[in-house]
Amino acid sequence: MKYIDEYRDRFKSLECAEAIRRIVTRPWKIMEVCGGQTHAIVRFGIDEIIPAEITLIHGPGCPVCVTPLEILDKAMAIALRKEVTFCTFGDMLRVPGTRGDLAGAKSEGADIRIVYSPMDALTLAHGNSTREVVFFAVGFETTAPANAMAVHQAARLGLRNFSLLVSHMLVPPAMRAMLAAPARQMDGFLAAGHVCTIMGIEEYRPIVERYRVPIVVTGFEPLDILQGIRMCVAQLESGRAKVEIAYARAVRPSGNIPAREMIGEIFEVVPRKWRGIGPIPESGLGLREKYRSFDAEVRFDVVSIEANEPSECLSGLVLQGVRKPEECPAFAMRCTPETPLGATMVSAEGACAAYYRYRRSARA
Amino acid sequence: MSGADVTPSCPAPVRRHAKVQLAHGGGGRLMRELIEELFLPRLASGRPSRRHDSAVVELGAERIAFTTDSYVVHPIFFPGGDIGSLSVFGTVNDLAMAGAEPRFLSAGFILEEGFPLDALERVAESMRAAADAAGVALITGDTKVVDRGKADGLFVNTAGIGLVPAGVDIAPDRVRPGDAVILSGDVGRHGIAILSVREGLEFAVPIESDCAPLSASVRALVRDGVELHCLRDLTRGGLASALNEIALDGAVGITIDEELVPVLEPVAGACELLGLDPLYVANEGRFVAIVPESDVERALRALRTEPVSQGAVIVGRVADRERGRVVATNRIGGTRLLDLLSGEQLPRIC
Amino acid sequence: MRMGDVSFGGAVKRVSLAYTPEAEVGDFVIVHAGFAISRLDQEEAERVFQYLDEIGGLGDSSGSASSGRPGDAGSSGGPLGSGEPVPPGEPERQA
Repeated sequence: MKYIDEYRDRFKSLECAEAIRRIVTRPWKIMEVCGGQTHAIVRFGIDEIIPAEITLIHGPGCPVCVTPLEILDKAMAIALRKEVTFCTFGDMLRVPGTRGDLAGAKSEGADIRIVYSPMDALTLAHGNSTREVVFFAVGFETTAPANAMAVHQAARLGLRNFSLLVSHMLVPPAMRAMLAAPARQMDGFLAAGHVCTIMGIEEYRPIVERYRVPIVVTGFEPLDILQGIRMCVAQLESGRAKVEIAYARAVRPSGNIPAREMIGEIFEVVPRKWRGIGPIPESGLGLREKYRSFDAEVRFDVVSIEANEPSECLSGLVLQGVRKPEECPAFAMRCTPETPLGATMVSAEGACAAYYRYRRSARA
Repeated sequence: MSGADVTPSCPAPVRRHAKVQLAHGGGGRLMRELIEELFLPRLASGRPSRRHDSAVVELGAERIAFTTDSYVVHPIFFPGGDIGSLSVFGTVNDLAMAGAEPRFLSAGFILEEGFPLDALERVAESMRAAADAAGVALITGDTKVVDRGKADGLFVNTAGIGLVPAGVDIAPDRVRPGDAVILSGDVGRHGIAILSVREGLEFAVPIESDCAPLSASVRALVRDGVELHCLRDLTRGGLASALNEIALDGAVGITIDEELVPVLEPVAGACELLGLDPLYVANEGRFVAIVPESDVERALRALRTEPVSQGAVIVGRVADRERGRVVATNRIGGTRLLDLLSGEQLPRIC
Repeated sequence: MRMGDVSFGGAVKRVSLAYTPEAEVGDFVIVHAGFAISRLDQEEAERVFQYLDEIGGLGDSSGSASSGRPGDAGSSGGPLGSGEPVPPGEPERQA
């Protein structure tokens, strides 16, 4: 397929890996922040073909993995209500909450539907006024415009039976939090291509200036990732620290303006807890006061549900790039996709799941 | 957040399911566990099981292959087929995978109160046409009706018997390192055809299910004297799941080259769109044949004489290493483990 | 809300074009959760390959980047130079 296959070209990928080899002189650690990139790296074996001096660290780029425990518990509480039709993307179904997961709730009789877009949930609500339709709005900035549009349309239509359970997270604050941590792991970043398609690159400039780390906005195909790595290494080797866009066919510096405007209309920046990392100020999106009637937490009175995060599960270290999944003693033993101990194993984009699916070598 | 004060083991409990989940029907790891841990210990007859699509038993001087399958596909009518043709071809194919000549089928129907009779007529006619196409006879059956809401329209079970020719011995335990893995044609059509109805996808050229009988292809292989170690038809869970089952049941390793697996462009496009991996998408008219290297050319020639397998190609090899696993080499030369899925990519696909 | 039919290699899905008002028939777009979020710039798409030819041939360093003037939003796409700073909000220019 056009614009996909060419970026998976074997010969060009190896050439790019060779080009990296030619300029690298010291070890560097580069973190990719997007789960889709983690997935592609592990699936295509990109970390196997780049020079050994480069270590790729998998960051908290998987929204499923970082959705806080209490949001899962709120989702379960809402989904189990008889009048609710709970709509979600498929990858949230098996993320463990405090007491089970949404798949389990479904087997208990909850009306849970898998959808590919919040607009599908809106259509359901519009077509059936006897059901309370709730959409589980999990994601980074990439899905925020879709969710914003759903609320915008619901308001226009005057729908009374549609709401969102919101757990949107923002990437740059998480990057700052990791850069500020004493055990900072990374020398440079591959920023999430599709997030930047929406948000542009403005937010990275202050990060680059403050922390002197290169940030290269990177796509998802092997050639894109290799190009991003190459550009990041070139900066590191010459002591520069800038924001660059390697994914220019899709990303403009100012991002997608109509999308950003719609996000700004519907959402505001709020603090959020990140599963495995903890609370990060100004790191999420929540519905503005004007649209609070579409907030499922308020509608179903689950605002006060709290969950005790277990004292750091290893998922947190994996999410911060401190550990690789294979270094976890539970990996592939007690912790598997069927019996996940943490969200990084459940989500298809979680680092542990990627390693488990693609890399697990036979253990004695 | 430093690493210093972290406990190395995660305190979240390991879960055991107390109820059936959709994933248990997915053809993946969870279903395998359900069979191994709940059913087999209680139901196994004590005869050693060769873990194949049909059971082969001796009755007098003959070897009979015997199999059963239930069909819960939704929607009932889909591009390229319906629950009726599926229920006939699916069981015919399970018999063919044992090398048997399929002969007789039974059909049991569970009908939901309110299911339209003209739809039922269409299903029955479709079954008759499928049986004729496959050269089998439907000779016995049963009908039950349950209250509205207790069965989604219609569920069908078919069971089948066939005769296994002398000299044919097909099972995962016959697979040997060095054997070639042959795939009978392009993958993913059935799953995408079903999903296109569920998800409102359209196609420039409509994608139809590949639902079809495979017995003629198997007959060609047997007739031409190809040494058949294992045959397996691809259903839910796709190529990857079928190969995993063989690798696990035969205790061998299997390597495939992803680039060699044929996928139609619109099927690949639909998979990209929906976030699916074509190697795991359901098929209903494709199979793999594992044969010794020496018989590869003969096998390909035989397969290509039959329309349903004219696209047959080699996709991989059986290895001595990584026993119980399937590894795929990809476009840029890296490798990945092609694991059994834990659960449900696409519910009610067959 | 403006909708369009988007073809993925022949599989066609109805997608919202609300966020890509400039998209026309024949354009390629990136789709996420039922919305087109970016229109692919075909010239930029070619650049990756030009970039590779350059770094492959030269066999060394810094094809990189941007002109690095303070206040610069950073370069887009080609590390091959262009370094003209692109003020925020303006359409991106080619090198």
